[in-house]
Amino acid sequence: MDFVNLTIDQVAVTVPRGTTILEAARKININIPTLCHHPDQKVKANCRICLVETGEDQLDTACSTQVREGMKVLTTSKLVRETQKGVLELILANHDQDCLKCIRNGNCELQDLCERFAISRGDLGLIAPGDVTVDARPKDLFNPAIVRDYGKCIKCNRCVEVCREVQDAGILSAAFRSTDYTIQPAYGRTLDATLCTYCGQCIAVCPVGAIYEKTETDRVWEALDREDLHVIVQVAPAVRVTLGEEFGCEPGTPVTQKIVAALRRIGFDRVYDTDFTADLTIIEEGYELIDRIRHQGTLPMITSCSPGWINYMEGFFPEMIPHVSTCKSPQQMFGALSKTYYADKTQIPPSKIFTVSIMPCTAKKFEAKREEMVQKGIPDVDAVLTTRELAKLIKVAGIDFNRLQGEEFDAPFGMTTGAGVIFGASGGVMEAALRTVYEVLTKEEMPQINLYALRGTEGIKVSSLQIGDLEVKVAVANGLKNARQLVEEVKAGDSPYHFIEIMGCPGGCLGGGGQPINTDLKIKEARMKGIYQVDQTMAIRKSHENPRIKELYEEFLKEPNSPVAHRILHTHYQSRE
Amino acid sequence: MKKEMALITENFLRYGPPDTAGYLEIGGFTGLEKALAGSPEELVRTIEASGLRGRGGAAYPTGKKMRQSAAYEGDTKYLICNADEGEPGTFKDRELLEKDPLGVLEGMVIAAHGVGATQGILYLREEYSHLLGLLEDSLAAMRQDGYLGRGILGGPLDFDITVFVGAGAYICGEGTSLIESIEGKPGRPRNKPPYTKAQGLFMKPTLVSNVETFSGITAIVRHGAEVFTGYGTPMSPGTKLISLCGNVNRPGTYEVPFGTTLEEIVMGIGEGVAGGRALKFVQIGGISGPLLPKEFLKMPLSYEAFEKEGLSIGSGAVLVVDETTDILDFLDAVAAFFKHESCGKCTPCREGNRQIMNILKRMREGVALPSDPENIQRIANTMKYASFCGLGKTAPTALLSAVRYCPEEIFTRRGL
Repeated sequence: MDFVNLTIDQVAVTVPRGTTILEAARKININIPTLCHHPDQKVKANCRICLVETGEDQLDTACSTQVREGMKVLTTSKLVRETQKGVLELILANHDQDCLKCIRNGNCELQDLCERFAISRGDLGLIAPGDVTVDARPKDLFNPAIVRDYGKCIKCNRCVEVCREVQDAGILSAAFRSTDYTIQPAYGRTLDATLCTYCGQCIAVCPVGAIYEKTETDRVWEALDREDLHVIVQVAPAVRVTLGEEFGCEPGTPVTQKIVAALRRIGFDRVYDTDFTADLTIIEEGYELIDRIRHQGTLPMITSCSPGWINYMEGFFPEMIPHVSTCKSPQQMFGALSKTYYADKTQIPPSKIFTVSIMPCTAKKFEAKREEMVQKGIPDVDAVLTTRELAKLIKVAGIDFNRLQGEEFDAPFGMTTGAGVIFGASGGVMEAALRTVYEVLTKEEMPQINLYALRGTEGIKVSSLQIGDLEVKVAVANGLKNARQLVEEVKAGDSPYHFIEIMGCPGGCLGGGGQPINTDLKIKEARMKGIYQVDQTMAIRKSHENPRIKELYEEFLKEPNSPVAHRILHTHYQSRE
Repeated sequence: MKKEMALITENFLRYGPPDTAGYLEIGGFTGLEKALAGSPEELVRTIEASGLRGRGGAAYPTGKKMRQSAAYEGDTKYLICNADEGEPGTFKDRELLEKDPLGVLEGMVIAAHGVGATQGILYLREEYSHLLGLLEDSLAAMRQDGYLGRGILGGPLDFDITVFVGAGAYICGEGTSLIESIEGKPGRPRNKPPYTKAQGLFMKPTLVSNVETFSGITAIVRHGAEVFTGYGTPMSPGTKLISLCGNVNRPGTYEVPFGTTLEEIVMGIGEGVAGGRALKFVQIGGISGPLLPKEFLKMPLSYEAFEKEGLSIGSGAVLVVDETTDILDFLDAVAAFFKHESCGKCTPCREGNRQIMNILKRMREGVALPSDPENIQRIANTMKYASFCGLGKTAPTALLSAVRYCPEEIFTRRGL
């Protein structure tokens, strides 16, 4: 390889040709400030904060400038410091600085830089007294999942890139010029008037508080305060390996029992595990697949547990509807059971049960509000909180999370398997399904239940499994652009697969739009490792072996895909066009 | 002391475009014939020897640019003539396109031979769309006579030119924004690398040069590099078109040899300040250029003399401003232009123009804040050093030069 020698702040460094100044500096622990730069994204160089001195009176952006032989880079010269500070001040001069009220207070890249440069509005003097309004469009808060706060937007374009190039939705784009320049949906529409999938990947990459989840924590507190309500909560698989990050744990650290303990301290009457209905999904979806294969149904069948994917499919590829499993997602199966089976069992009227979900996802908020998910005016799920909102809830409650003694989930929806846990990682639903389908069809124990070909963060993974006479061909996609590839094959009629798993977010739910911010590929990989660790340690690792699931069928559902199961656990889709 | 001359403009009013026969009679297409008789390498060497530098404002050596461009191989290579002459006060490219379109287009074909371009595009600014018909007719006439198309003049060169009309954005004069615009995208500058010469229009190798540069190529090849270098100074050979305008008696486009002083241009060719009033300053290079007080009139127009003062000739505009103009009004008009034309992509340009306008407004109304003088300079410097492209970098040039040359006039009696 061709190497280049240069000095950065008098420190000699040798890096491969093509390396940027920013990368070279990080190699020697020089932390050049950045805002529009994101490790998983393209170089944009539009915020201009990462300027460094590359020659006399010459500044270049470290993120976009490649190193040259003999280059002498200065990162803290007077000119660099003053210019960087100047850029920052210009951002702040038209930025809604109500930091204390901001959802990203304490976790904001702009705020961090202001601290580093020791500036606040008071130092600016750019704005005349009384002239403190920010020139921006009003907030977009007309959908149940995502709020867009234009007054905080710094126009870095990270959200535009993820929306267009990773999620293939292209909802957000840069419009207009100069001071009118803004990041918005086409024609200035509000998000609810677009085909936004509510995946929340824009939130995950936003450096500031310009896009965030529409919070429901106040509604949850109100429910908890009410004596007449029985408030129960379910925790999604992917939350247990990410929540710890909000409390200083290494990414991927499982904190399942601490979450249970925290939720009890907060006041939930029962604490349950979405893994339980993940197991149930496997049974229902697995039998649906077997039925489609046996009776020449529409194949390939595609999973339905990711609402980001469902929204994308209904918006952009409604012709895929016959391919999508009719199973509700685990969140909604839980919700539906909570208002039927559970209500019967506990003798609490469904109207007095308030079901909360803790989800790694913003699209789940939208899903819970769908008309198909409301029975006789009673929603299956009453409120959805993201992983981040749960962290806030715990902090508000003054709970010292790290010192909590772990506790176990309540019965009956606390009994779960490793198959349910791996729903949180891309490939996990497929792996869990195959563990069950194999044994149901062959009535034999599956020789190797770790399906490594389906694991990992690659966008598309394919595999096949010999089950009896049939070679079952499967594919897994995460991120909607990758999903599109598989969908286009199906559309063209040359998809070789029987079963396709699609997760809307890169990496699966562990990379969801409701997860702790500042996620990059490395962090996702660590979370994924955590998920498979949990699976490995579970006593039961196959959904159909979950004794509580068996009990549920005996007592209530009768058999997989039964009429009662269909009424409660299955749904239908519609074109959003 | 008039120093007008005609080298690049030698064909003006001597034929009636798009009449190729008339153009031939006055020596038209002899440059192209000479170029095609020699190798691309010989052509590039001729341009290198002429010392011609890009006339759009960046002044990059044209021969060097052609050599670099020629090194990129591929099935498709674009050659773009940048006729998005958006710089206020600049109109010399319009004159060239109006009075000698065949000379410009001939230069494009010559350059195509030098760099191996396969397709030419003339990017015409929207405000010049009245020239579209003339250009289309000129192209048709050239095609008819075998100066464009397959096997030009019976040789191996296949090259044709189309005209693309812009939509009126100043930023599209910047090469990468111009390319984005042709691709159907909003005019906003691209990151470099990749460089245009390697991956430009539709990610293919692309050479973008100014109208006057192509006219210069035609003249150089027709007459030989030594005729061109016979004018000007050793460091700035040849001639330059000047767009002279403002409070001057004889505004217009003039060709002068490098080395001509500003005084010769304003007082000689331009016949002095209109109405016999006193000169306040001249703005050089268009609205993105500096304001130079009368002490600078002795300065010769040459790359080296300007560089010594930290200045740039830019597009060659000379705007004459008389004593009756309030400098803050002038700077406000400049800032308003850039606030309107900024593409909004990068922070310094988008936010800087906004805040400069705010401060200038307070100064003009006599209600400036004590912090305003320092802040306006800080903002201007941030824009200059930190902006993404030339638009933002040069937007505060007039302001910074005014602060440098006449601070009292800006900062006194402004409520401070």
